[in-house]
Amino acid sequence: MRHVITLLVENEFGVLARIAGLFSGRGFNIESLSVAETLDPTISTMTIVTRGDDAIIEQVIKQLNKLIPVIKVVDLIDKEFVEREMVLVKVSTTAQTRDEVLRITEIFKGKILDVGNKTYTIEVTGDEKKINALLALLKPLGIKELVRTGRVAMARGSRSSTEL
Amino acid sequence: MKKTGSQIIIECLKKEGVEVIFNYPGGAVLPLFDELAHAPFQKILVRHEQAAVHAADGYARTSGKVGVVLVTSGPGATNTVTGVATAYMDSVPIVVLTGQIPTYLIGNDAFQEADIVGITRPCTKHNYLVKDIKELSRIIKEAFYIARSGRPGPVLVDLPKDILVESTEFKYPEKVTIRGYRPVYEGHPGQIQRAVALILKSKKPVFYVGGGVISSNASKELFQLVEMLGIPVTMTLMGLGAFPGNHPLSLGMLGMHGTYRANMAVMESDLLIALGARFDDRVTGKVESFAPQAKVIHIDIDPTSISKNVKVDLPIVGDCKRILGKIIALLEKEDTHSYKEGLQKWRRQIENWKAIYDLSYRQEGMIKPQFVIEKIYELTQGEAILSTEVGQNQMWTAQYFPFMKPRTLLTSGGLGTMGYGFPAAIGAQIAFPNRLVINISGDGSFQMNSQELATAVQYRLPVKVAILNNGCLGMVRQWQEFFYEKRYVCSSLEGISPDFVKLAEAYGAVGLRATQPEEVVPILKKAFSIREPVVIDFVIDPCENVYPMVPAGEPLNQMRLV
Repeated sequence: MRHVITLLVENEFGVLARIAGLFSGRGFNIESLSVAETLDPTISTMTIVTRGDDAIIEQVIKQLNKLIPVIKVVDLIDKEFVEREMVLVKVSTTAQTRDEVLRITEIFKGKILDVGNKTYTIEVTGDEKKINALLALLKPLGIKELVRTGRVAMARGSRSSTEL
Repeated sequence: MKKTGSQIIIECLKKEGVEVIFNYPGGAVLPLFDELAHAPFQKILVRHEQAAVHAADGYARTSGKVGVVLVTSGPGATNTVTGVATAYMDSVPIVVLTGQIPTYLIGNDAFQEADIVGITRPCTKHNYLVKDIKELSRIIKEAFYIARSGRPGPVLVDLPKDILVESTEFKYPEKVTIRGYRPVYEGHPGQIQRAVALILKSKKPVFYVGGGVISSNASKELFQLVEMLGIPVTMTLMGLGAFPGNHPLSLGMLGMHGTYRANMAVMESDLLIALGARFDDRVTGKVESFAPQAKVIHIDIDPTSISKNVKVDLPIVGDCKRILGKIIALLEKEDTHSYKEGLQKWRRQIENWKAIYDLSYRQEGMIKPQFVIEKIYELTQGEAILSTEVGQNQMWTAQYFPFMKPRTLLTSGGLGTMGYGFPAAIGAQIAFPNRLVINISGDGSFQMNSQELATAVQYRLPVKVAILNNGCLGMVRQWQEFFYEKRYVCSSLEGISPDFVKLAEAYGAVGLRATQPEEVVPILKKAFSIREPVVIDFVIDPCENVYPMVPAGEPLNQMRLV
């Protein structure tokens, strides 16, 4: 089962390596990982998307908590939360497909960031389903390059994810 | 007052109560060694950095204090890795200080540069690279705190050379605050109550005791609880000594080479009370069929140990000593007498298993290794500190030496490090100069750190090394015999090992040899009477195997008995 885990960690060198090493060393899987500083410059927040059965996820969370620079771990799975990811896609276009690419971008509330003779570079933000649906439509037209930010997530409601 | 980085480290070590530093110098740490000249520590120069860590580990396991290691950068640091991983697997508190090239050269592939923080990240409890001298005293303080608190473990601090010579105002932090690290000690009161209720309902309970009972100094509480309830106790390799091995309720060790009654009791039990143990594969055998009828209570300070391998019904996270104390307090209000009486049938059942099969060997022909271990036990009345290597020597020691007290067995249980025992014995001898320390070794394992004879001789440490010399890598040979149709590939050392008596003498130690059973006792007596390092070469029966044996991946009740 897919889990979205939010972490607060010390904003110091080597923390990302500790977390990545924990996942690879113990055979846990990382589908996506994103990390950035919070309002408090001594703390970073990480969003990790991982998969596993209950026993594995229990170990993932306990093992993360065991790392000294990890301050807080929250599994968002049983909470209401919002999740977003941004993609940049460079799509090949021909005279016949240029309009279609524009239409798709519009439907997905995306932006054209760059226009070339034979390509469009598109920015789209959304949850996993939306991004996958977009890519499914663009793929037959010819994706030249694709970059995804990895997912970020946040609990719904007035409390912060890490207060839950 | 301003102090250099080296002076600050020495002040910090003094504040931490450090007495001994196991070390090997080199270029990057020379500023610190220079300051050590006037420092009030015993400085033990080993002959290989791996041995420095094992010695600090042996010192820590026997004394309960944090062991300290100081080595140089590059190869000095990388040589410590096996020792660090050994201590990590067995939860031993040590602090390893490694030299590093100056901060402005890091990443340049400079001479004797190694990213030791990167290398040891997965085998330390935590590690640090000091990048700013202002953080130095806080880091050293945290390193000791992390090493000894919670589930203990090794912490490595990497010290770039420029940090050692720069100066700053020295102020030792009063206390440690690490927001991501708050070990839980007390145990959840509701869970403790539920544990008591589960215990009182059980008919066939077993205590399954691991090294956590020893590191939390909970032996007294365990003994009291066992006497109160009459519940039999089995111990893991790491748990040996937590409960007296010759007590009628001791079942001995469980697992792959555990006793028949211990394994049968676990398989038949209706309640398994795991104390500071982690359900290692060498203990559980086939994990799906481990203790099939038992409810499991698991008391452990490390939440990750709980439900990692075996689903636990009632977890209690915290310190064994405190939680056992609370369980005892609750039980004092209950009728434990009739509960204890009610377990008689269960204890009789266990006696029957003992009658069916118990550890045994026959002393015929050549010296049997078990005979040597038994005689060591008899001659020392179980009062010695024993270290082992890994393999047959380790298992025979675990089986035939009933450890009576905690912190008297030094063995690499988790990582299984050959070459651990001899330097660990050196560390133990430094912690307890007047106790008898014996390293039970093999002809293979001894050669993995035999250079430490020079250390033992230099510091006149009367460590005894008993080599059970069977001319082969015994446990490898045993597996090849059982599981690889006797194809003994690369496991024979027959005729190609050095003469261990001459080797000892070459280092300035005493070398003795026994080839006949009747020589065993006199030679042991002689060795124990010499206040110098002694190596005894026991030429033993090369065909002897360790029994019983549960083949890897089989259920615990599938034991090979002969």
